[in-house]
Amino acid sequence: MIPLLGADPLFRNGIDGTVVLIVIVKTIIVFTVLLVAVMFYVWFMRKVIADMQNRIGPQRAGPFGVLQTLADGIKLFFKEQSSPECADPPVFRLAPYLAIIPAFMAFAIVPIGGLVPVAGRETYLQLADPGIGVLWLLMMSGIGLYGVMLAGWASGSKYPLLGSVRASAQLLSYEAALGLAVVGVLVHSGSLSTRTIVDQQAWTGLGSIVSQWYWLPAIGAFVIFCISAIAETNHPPFDLVEAEQELVGGFHTEYTGIRFAIFFLAEFMNVITMSAIAVTLFLGGPAGPALGFLAADSWVNVWVMPVFWFTVKLLVLLYATVWIRATLPRLRYDQLMALGWKYLIELAFLWAMVSGVVVVGAREGWNRWVTVPAAVAGAGVVLAVLWACLPRRGEPVEEIR
Amino acid sequence: MGRFSGFGITIRQVGKVVTGNYPEEKRPKPARFHGRHVLNRYEDGMEKCIGCELCAGVCPARCIYVRGADNPADAPVSPGERYGFVYEINYLRCIHCDLCVEACPTEAITETKLFEFSFTNRSDAIYTKSELLVDDAGRARRQPWELWLGGEDDEASAWMRATAPSGQAAFEGRVGWSGELGFGVRAPEQGQTAPSPLAPEVDPADGSGDHGHGDHGHGSGGH
Repeated sequence: MIPLLGADPLFRNGIDGTVVLIVIVKTIIVFTVLLVAVMFYVWFMRKVIADMQNRIGPQRAGPFGVLQTLADGIKLFFKEQSSPECADPPVFRLAPYLAIIPAFMAFAIVPIGGLVPVAGRETYLQLADPGIGVLWLLMMSGIGLYGVMLAGWASGSKYPLLGSVRASAQLLSYEAALGLAVVGVLVHSGSLSTRTIVDQQAWTGLGSIVSQWYWLPAIGAFVIFCISAIAETNHPPFDLVEAEQELVGGFHTEYTGIRFAIFFLAEFMNVITMSAIAVTLFLGGPAGPALGFLAADSWVNVWVMPVFWFTVKLLVLLYATVWIRATLPRLRYDQLMALGWKYLIELAFLWAMVSGVVVVGAREGWNRWVTVPAAVAGAGVVLAVLWACLPRRGEPVEEIR
Repeated sequence: MGRFSGFGITIRQVGKVVTGNYPEEKRPKPARFHGRHVLNRYEDGMEKCIGCELCAGVCPARCIYVRGADNPADAPVSPGERYGFVYEINYLRCIHCDLCVEACPTEAITETKLFEFSFTNRSDAIYTKSELLVDDAGRARRQPWELWLGGEDDEASAWMRATAPSGQAAFEGRVGWSGELGFGVRAPEQGQTAPSPLAPEVDPADGSGDHGHGDHGHGSGGH
């Protein structure tokens, strides 16, 4: 029971009607919050990019144009849905849902807040805390790939097909780097559960930003995670999947109406989820200072402050994502593949190796002035060997028979 | 850090805004902006157009269609012998070169600064005389597909007043144009100074208004 449903104290005394009701309400809330968050993020992204391009951005629908995304969604909902003659109708119709459902499900493991009392029970502000934890994210982003892949295949058209071929290669490559970057945190935490990881990064004062949060001990993994997360969500500068100049719209070229909107919903939802996971793994999740002048168990400190800190951290990461989007031009495909396979995977692997030595050394009480240089030197040797094996520029690569 | 300098460039733009709140707030247009035409009237309400078809003849895009007719003796439309019976401009062809304005001997056709018209069919694109002619207040008539705010139609003859009747862009001196319905004789515009009582009065028609720009700028080029 515990490994499946996680360590949520809600399930400690068995499952009755109240527990089921609480879980259903939590599901609905997470679903709604995620939809609203996507709506807000699209507006936020357009406003920030406009700000960086000396423009105003959306400003007509609602105050400051907040409702622009909603208006776009409503418009798309009432548009005709066409499908190409060569399309494979069942798969064509299924693909958007294969993209959106994993995007929703991946967010379930994100701890938004702390332990809260609800109807005489205690529960975490988090939909699920499965024992497999972070692996759930990797699973869901892997399944989400099928949506993109099948959309391109089922469209029966060349540009979507090219887009989806690019997508499958890109997402597979960067999933490796993403997984290895996560390992950089897991060797420190010793647990896959997001709740455990967050608890280990609890707030104990301003010093916990450097002493508790994992971004510093896993700084290399953090950088690699951010790069691969952007690539994994097909965000610029890694948006080769839907490169407008080359592929019209990539995998969603043939999609119209609400199906088209669902792909975008999934894409932006993945950005939010990836940022939320980065906050969870590296930036302490909901950890942050409580309001000292209120009692520790007042509803503000129990409910509001953790969610507030989580949101602040999430917004910082989302702003950085948009900043990158506004700044960097799209990579060429060979550059994308080279970055993923030649650099990120190796560096993430070596980082995990060195962190492993450091963590084990600390546990066994070895002299850290010996273990850390030794681990770095070992990593350097591996790196040098790998570097020597890399084909030089202009050198013909031996054909594989 | 050359590779990352782009981040500095984008973040430095935050807070700077170049685009405006169009169409609620519009930027001032250049003094001699070429917008759509109007057919002007004299202060007594008579039409200035005499149906001479010089505008149609000079038009490089051949978008103007004019037919003149004799003024009815009991109810004359224009002060002259003839008037513009049919006057049509096709805005799908017009290139707003203003040659018609320069050709017009009576300052009947001038260009406003109005340019925001988005008709949805071709027949709307052909402005007829009733659409081009100014109303009884001397203002351009707003068509249903035109988007402009009050005040934007104030300047309806800037280019004409800059060039005609002397033909010089930097016209200085006596106002040489006739009054318009609703506005009277308008003052000179940007690039021109109002006639000073101290300045020697120059006749703009004989080209002696040249203020010594060397070989250039002689009004009536007699080559």
